[in-house]
Amino acid sequence: MTATSTSDPAEYAAVTEELRRYERRQAARQAIRRVVVFAVFLVVLAFTYTGYKAFGTAVDDAQTHWPVVGSFLPRSDNLTMPPIPDIILEIAEPPQRGQPKVLGAFVFEAAMFTLREAAIGFFLGALLGIGIAIVLIRSKWLERGVSPYIVASQTIPLIAIAPIVVIWGRTRLDWLPFEWQDWMSVAIIAMYLAFFPVAVNGLRGLQSPRPEAFELMRSYAAKPRQELVKLRLPASMPYIFAALKLAATAAVIGAIVGEISAGVRGGLGRLILEFASRYTTGPERLYVSVLGAAALGIFVFALISLAQRFVRSARLQESEPA
Amino acid sequence: MNKDDRDQAVEATSVTKVFNQGKPNEVLALDDVSVAVAQREFLSLIGPSGCGKSTMLRLMAALTHPSEGTVLVNGKPADQARRDRDYGMAFQTAGLFDWRTVSQNVELPLQLMGWSKSDRRRRATEMLDLVRLEGFGGHYPRELSGGMQQRVAIARALSFSPSILFMDEPFGALDEITREHMQTELLRIWDETDTTVVFVTHSIPEAVFLSERVLVMSPRPGRIAAVIPVDLGERNFDTRESTEFFERVTAVRKALRQPDDGTGQLL
Amino acid sequence: MTERLRSVSPPLVVGIGGLLAWELVLGVVQPKGFVLPAPSAILASLIENQAVIVTAVQSTGFVVITGLLFGVTVGVLAALAVSRFRLADETITPLAVAVSAIPIIALAPIFNAWFGLTSPRSNQLVVTLLVFFPIFINTTRGLTDTDPDQIDLMRSYGASRWQITKEVRIPSAMPFFFTALKIAVALAVIAAIVSEYFGGRQDALGPLIVQNAGFARFAAAWAAVLAGSLIGIGLYALARLAERLAMPWQEAVNAGVDD
Repeated sequence: MTATSTSDPAEYAAVTEELRRYERRQAARQAIRRVVVFAVFLVVLAFTYTGYKAFGTAVDDAQTHWPVVGSFLPRSDNLTMPPIPDIILEIAEPPQRGQPKVLGAFVFEAAMFTLREAAIGFFLGALLGIGIAIVLIRSKWLERGVSPYIVASQTIPLIAIAPIVVIWGRTRLDWLPFEWQDWMSVAIIAMYLAFFPVAVNGLRGLQSPRPEAFELMRSYAAKPRQELVKLRLPASMPYIFAALKLAATAAVIGAIVGEISAGVRGGLGRLILEFASRYTTGPERLYVSVLGAAALGIFVFALISLAQRFVRSARLQESEPA
Repeated sequence: MNKDDRDQAVEATSVTKVFNQGKPNEVLALDDVSVAVAQREFLSLIGPSGCGKSTMLRLMAALTHPSEGTVLVNGKPADQARRDRDYGMAFQTAGLFDWRTVSQNVELPLQLMGWSKSDRRRRATEMLDLVRLEGFGGHYPRELSGGMQQRVAIARALSFSPSILFMDEPFGALDEITREHMQTELLRIWDETDTTVVFVTHSIPEAVFLSERVLVMSPRPGRIAAVIPVDLGERNFDTRESTEFFERVTAVRKALRQPDDGTGQLL
Repeated sequence: MTERLRSVSPPLVVGIGGLLAWELVLGVVQPKGFVLPAPSAILASLIENQAVIVTAVQSTGFVVITGLLFGVTVGVLAALAVSRFRLADETITPLAVAVSAIPIIALAPIFNAWFGLTSPRSNQLVVTLLVFFPIFINTTRGLTDTDPDQIDLMRSYGASRWQITKEVRIPSAMPFFFTALKIAVALAVIAAIVSEYFGGRQDALGPLIVQNAGFARFAAAWAAVLAGSLIGIGLYALARLAERLAMPWQEAVNAGVDD
């Protein structure tokens, strides 16, 4: 990047502009490649699934003759593993006789419901995570004292926390100017999962500048707040961005599991649970709803990746000569 | 006004520095070192690796404190001078902030001191002109070569017109050709700004070319082994090829090789 | 000795302080049937129900450990395979990152259908998948993120590809691996318990927590949660021990000059 030896500003500007254009082209090429690879992956997955089903009775024989090994093999009958075309067709069918909406619409709406919870949880979690990192950076003692509990907080399964949050939301938040709804509790649960990667990575990022940079700030007699705002926070941005991807995924998981354990209606979690209990009358519906959840996860991930690329190129735009 | 009438720029008296006192990895970095730097002087500290020259510099910059002895900068305790921002500093790694443009990097200390935006901009442009980087204000550090980044670091160090400049092997990471060019530039800047410079280096020719005095330090524990005066007059392209230059370089080299007797003998 | 004490005391102080505050607050406020009972109540329930809890710990622990072993093994082998070919790394690793965005836990009902509602296989599969991704992604990064100078040095010694892998890539990948392992351990425990909610052995921790919560026996539910946390903490400690044994040089770095 620093290989050019010219000292002429105009020539330099031209070279760097060309380099940036090249980088943008590469990035676009890479994005296309990744989409193609993902599509190939889906195709391979579909083939494996259908291929496994083709073995059909061989699996049943294996399970009767070698029960231990057999227990590792999923059953491949059409009830357990509906054929892929059936699954796809089911999207256009109403989930119950007489329902005006098709399954696809149901799943989509449920995904939007869950997305709202996850998005709020994500934003709150990101803020909370950064806030915690900033507080912990002030005192080494505090950092060492609190960090293990932050880690431990993530070992408490959501199915235990979720009902607590929901009940607490229902009974103790009547002082709020608006009515607290159950899905808001789920957003809090999503926040609970999302804050962790941001806090951990944020802390690392805030501690990341080299010692010389800290010495420089000391030589300027900079106050701690100035050091935080002018040195630590900007240096932590790459780390925080990496964590945001994890936080987004965690928020989606938190939302889905939160819905299930808190019994909140309207989201994907509830939908999956319902279709799981009514499995025998239509296994395809379960698969469609699960695929919807998978799609939601990937959608959120793609969104964050795009946002990252946007921010990076926006910062490059800033560098036009003052 | 006679130079001797004013406060010495830097006065380190009987400074001793011990790291990790009492622990198994205790180290005596500096042993009873005394250094005096006059106003507007260009002084180099040279010595083998680990001799404590960087430690000495950081003591002057109040980035660390002596175990024994005192350090006065501009007549005040070093820490006070730091708080009063009496000096600027440049390291071997330019240490520019990747996320700031060149101009914003130069403005960093000014921002911390509360200068207005227009004042900062103006000063940054002046400083970039001084280091011959006009027009590069909008670039990011990673787009610049090593030599150019160091020039930005120098511009930043001088942006608030300190009377003293501490430099810790700032040209160490540069190739020889760029290095010689930067040395000439530094001398020009020193001349134009009336700054005192304390310069730490590994390179004997560099020390001799730049300084009026070269302080040779002994291996750990660091002491002043010798003080070599360098009187080569106005430096130019021919200086490095003159016999007087070679003779001074040899003097410094000899001092580096001699066993330490701690008396700071002059040659 | 003082070093270790100094590193352990802040969490201890914070922890003990927190527990005391918790006891006091609940003692004073005393809400009726509050969902979060006092530590003393939880401890009492833990002791009272120890037989059931021990069985549950064994069931869930079995799922966690087998899932961990399988996920780690497959993850490491896949990382070794992928790191050998740069093209594979460029295509597969981003794919793995994208796929890891899928909420695996949502697949649990499907796995239950595949393997049967009371079989632990579905839980093990969930844990394996959740463990696989961070291990694979991080270890691959560690194996490919090596210093090119070190590789060149080995080449100048005429080292074989395997020797380079063994002497340079694997040691430099270890910090990455252990970071991922610690993450995976925490994930494995939660994954096991949450997946048990959907199906699996009925004597495991998941069902135990849910049933107790359903009957408003909150102290018992939290006792089971605590047991689960203890599994996680125990495994985490084991992971740290393994880390210290595998990377003796790392400790020297951490214990360095403290000026």
